[in-house]
Amino acid sequence: MGTWFAENSLLLGLALLDGLANAALVFMVAVGLNLVFGVLRIVNVAHGSLFAIGAYTAASIGLFFAARGLPPWMGYVALVLAAVAIGAVLGPLIERLLLRRIYGHEDVLQLLVTFALFMILEDVQKLVWGVQPVSQDAPLRFLGTVDIPFGEDVIPFTAYQLFVLPGIALVTLLGLAWFLRRTLTGRVIVAVTTDKEAATAMGIDAARITLLTFSFGAGLAALGGALASPTLALVPGIGAQTIVLSFAVVATAGLGQIEGAALTALLIGLGRSIAVYFAPEFEVVVPYLIMVAVLLVRPQGLFGVIETRRV
Amino acid sequence: MSQVLLSAKGLRLAFGGVKAADGIDLDVRHGEFLAIIGPNGAGKTTFINMTTGYLRPQAGRIEFDGKPILGLSPRAIVRRGIGRSFQLPQLFSEHTVLENAALAIAARRGIWSPFTPLLRPRWRDEAMDLLDRFGLRAVAESRADALNEGARKLADIAMAVALEPSLLLMDEPTSGVAAAEKMVIVETLVRVLRSTGVTAVFVEHDMDVVARFADRVAVWSQGRIAALGPPGEVLADPKVRREVIGIAANA
Amino acid sequence: MKRESLLAALGALALVVCAWAVPWLKFVLTIALAKGIAVLGILLLLRAGQVSFGHSMFLALGAYTMAFLAPMEDEVLLLLPAAALIAAGFGLVIGLFLVRYRDIFFGMLNLAFAMVLYSLLEKLYAITKGTDGIRVAALSFAGTEPERGTQEWIVFGIALGLAILFGLLVRFYLASPMGRALAGIKTRETRLEFMGVPARRVLLFAYVLSALMGGVGGALVAMTTRHVTPQIAYWTASGELVFIAILGGAGSALGPFLGATAFELVRVYAAAAVADAWQMILGGVLLVVILFAPGGVWGLLSRRWRA
Repeated sequence: MGTWFAENSLLLGLALLDGLANAALVFMVAVGLNLVFGVLRIVNVAHGSLFAIGAYTAASIGLFFAARGLPPWMGYVALVLAAVAIGAVLGPLIERLLLRRIYGHEDVLQLLVTFALFMILEDVQKLVWGVQPVSQDAPLRFLGTVDIPFGEDVIPFTAYQLFVLPGIALVTLLGLAWFLRRTLTGRVIVAVTTDKEAATAMGIDAARITLLTFSFGAGLAALGGALASPTLALVPGIGAQTIVLSFAVVATAGLGQIEGAALTALLIGLGRSIAVYFAPEFEVVVPYLIMVAVLLVRPQGLFGVIETRRV
Repeated sequence: MSQVLLSAKGLRLAFGGVKAADGIDLDVRHGEFLAIIGPNGAGKTTFINMTTGYLRPQAGRIEFDGKPILGLSPRAIVRRGIGRSFQLPQLFSEHTVLENAALAIAARRGIWSPFTPLLRPRWRDEAMDLLDRFGLRAVAESRADALNEGARKLADIAMAVALEPSLLLMDEPTSGVAAAEKMVIVETLVRVLRSTGVTAVFVEHDMDVVARFADRVAVWSQGRIAALGPPGEVLADPKVRREVIGIAANA
Repeated sequence: MKRESLLAALGALALVVCAWAVPWLKFVLTIALAKGIAVLGILLLLRAGQVSFGHSMFLALGAYTMAFLAPMEDEVLLLLPAAALIAAGFGLVIGLFLVRYRDIFFGMLNLAFAMVLYSLLEKLYAITKGTDGIRVAALSFAGTEPERGTQEWIVFGIALGLAILFGLLVRFYLASPMGRALAGIKTRETRLEFMGVPARRVLLFAYVLSALMGGVGGALVAMTTRHVTPQIAYWTASGELVFIAILGGAGSALGPFLGATAFELVRVYAAAAVADAWQMILGGVLLVVILFAPGGVWGLLSRRWRA
C-alpha cells in the first residue's frame, strides 16, 4: 500500500488538483439547479445546456477580442460578459415564454417541457458553433503555471485551475449564503421557497422573484460554462454530461442544500478525477456509483431532510 | 366489561416545541363509536396518524387486538385490520368512483393479477353493492374528481370499509360538507357501519353529530385527553363547554 | 374499444401492404414496430406519472445481447427470449433501486444509468469494439437459414406479431387491478399504501415489463440493422422514445405504434436533410404537442370519433 502511494504520488497529486478544479465547476452548475428548484419547484433538465451555451459564448467573445488585438486580460471580461448575457437574455426568455405556462401542472408535464427545451438547446449549439471542437485558452495561458512540489516531484499546474476556479466557487458559495440569509431579496427568495402561498399572501411579488431566481440560476450555469471554457475543447454533448453530473451532485447532497452541494461536488469531482488517472474507462461511472451508494443508504441525500407529506 | 380493541398508552410526540401528543392514554372498546373532539391543533389527527403508522410517537405503546403495532408500516397496519379515511378525501382522481371502490376491494382480495380485468363481473357487482350501501350508485361512472365534497367523503370512507377493517378511524368525516347534507351523510355512515359491526373512531367538530351518534366522547386539548365519557356527561361538563366546545364552535 | 381493435387490424394490414408495395419501406417499418414495442414500456411508466429519460439502455441491452450471443448460438427463437430476459433482469436489479424515487429523480436516475451504460459500451473497446460497434452474425430461424429477402420478411413478421402480442398484453394489463393501481400511483400513492398495496412493487412490475419490452425492441432493431453501436444507448435515443410516446399519445396501446411509424417515416426523409437540427425539431414538436395537444395523435383521433 505504502509503495503504491509512493509510486503513484504524482498521479494522485494531479488527480487531487484536477478534482478540485472540476468540483468548482460542477458546484457552480449544481447550485444554480438547486436554487431554481427551490423557487420554481422544477428541476430544469435544460440547465446543463445553459452551461454549454455559456462556455461557447465565452469562447466566441474571447476569440473575437483576441482577433481585435485586445490585451489578453480582456479574456476574463469575455467570461463574465458571457455569463451575464446568458443570465440576462436567455434566462428571462425561457422563464417568460415557456416555464410560466406550466407552473402548477403535473410533474411529468413539467419534466417533459424542460426536456424538450434541452433537446432544442443542444441543437442550437450545433447550429451556431458547429460540431468541430472550439477552444480559447487565453485566460488559462495568461496566468501561467505554478510549480507544486509533491514529494520528490514537481507538478506544474495552471494558476487558473488552481486559484481562479476554486476561488470563484468559494466566493459564490459564501456570497450566496450571505445573500440568502442577510439581504432582503435573499430572505424573500427563501420565503418563496419555503411557502409560496404564504409569501404571496404577504404581498411578495412571486412572479418577479421567480423570474429573478431563474435568470440568476441560468447565469450561474453560464458562468460555470464560461469558466470551464478555457480548460476544455468544446464539443456537442457537454450539456448532456453536465446536467446529469450536476443532478448527481444535487441528488447526492439532497435537494435544496447549498453548502451540502459544495461538499458533494468536491467528493464527486475528486472521485471522477481519480478515475481519470487510474481507470479512465470508468470516469463517467464513478459519479453515479457515488450517487447510488449514497442514495441506497440515505434516500434523501447526504444533507437532505425528509419532507413529510400531508394527509 | 366489553373487550378493548385498541389500547394506547403514554403516547408522546412533539414537533419542534409543539406537543401534538403529551401522554395520550386511550382504550377503544369493541364495537363502540368513539368521537374525538377538541380545538384545531390539539393533536387529534396526530393520534390517527400515529395509530395508522404514518407518524411514529417518541414514546408510548399502541396495542391492537392485544398485539403491539408500533413501528409497523401503514401497509402492515392496514393488513392487521385498521382502516382509515381522510379529512381531505384521498381518491384516485382520474379513476371512476366504481373503479375506486373496485380497487379497494381488489386490495383486500389481492391485486396481483396482471391480466384479468379489475371490473370483472363479480368484482363489479361487489363494488356496485358497496356504492349502493353508501348511496353512491348514481355517480358510479363519474370520475372521482367530478364529485361534490359530500360524495367524495362517502367514497373515501367506502374505500376504507371495502377493506373490511375491524377498526375504522375517520378524520373529520363531515368537514367541508354543506350543512344540509351533513346529517344525511352521518346517517348513511352510521347505518352502514352498524351493519358491518366495525368499531369506529371519528374526529368531529359538529357537536350535534357527536351527541347523536357517539357512544363515548374523548376531549382532546393540547396533546392530552381532557375528558372521556358518554356524550351526555362530557358535553354537559361546563369546563368542556367553555374551553373546548366554545373554541371548536368558533374554529 | 371495438374501434380500437378494428383500427389495430387495419393498421397491421396497411403495414403489410406498404412493406410489400415499397420494398425498402420494409426496413423502416420493422424499425418502427421494434421501437413501438419499446415505447409501450414508456407508456406504462407514463401511466404511473413517471417518465424515463434513459430507456434506450434496455434497447441497447437487447441489441448487444443479440450481437454478443449470435456467434455462439444463431437461433433467433432462443436469442430473442434471451435478449428479453437479460433486459428484464437488468430492469429488475436497477428497478429495485429506482422505484423508491418519483418524478425528476426517477427520470434523471434512469438517464444516469443509461449514460453509464453508454460510456461503458463506448470505452470498453476490448469487449464492445467501442464506437465501431459489432456486426450481428448470421442468424437462423427455427433451424432454417433463409436468403436475404425472405429473412427480411421473417423479421418484419416477427416484429409485427410481437407488436400485436405486446399491445394486447399492455391493454389487458392496464385494465387489470395491477394496471389500475399503477395509474393510482400518479394521483394518490398514499391511498395505495393505506389500502395495504405496496406501491413500489406495483411500479416495479411495470418497470420490469417495460425493460423487457425495451429488450425485445432492441433485439429486433439489431436483427434488422445487423450492426449495433453505442449510439443506441445514447440519451438522444431515449429522448426519441419519450418523443414517440408523447407524439402517439399515452391513451391507447396503439399510440406508440402510430407515433413510431410516423416518426420513422418522417425521419427517413427529414433527418439527413436537417441532421444538425433534428433534436431541435423533435423538441419543438414535443413542446407543441404537450402545450396544445396533450392527448397526442391518438387523442386527436379519438376526439374526432367522439365528436
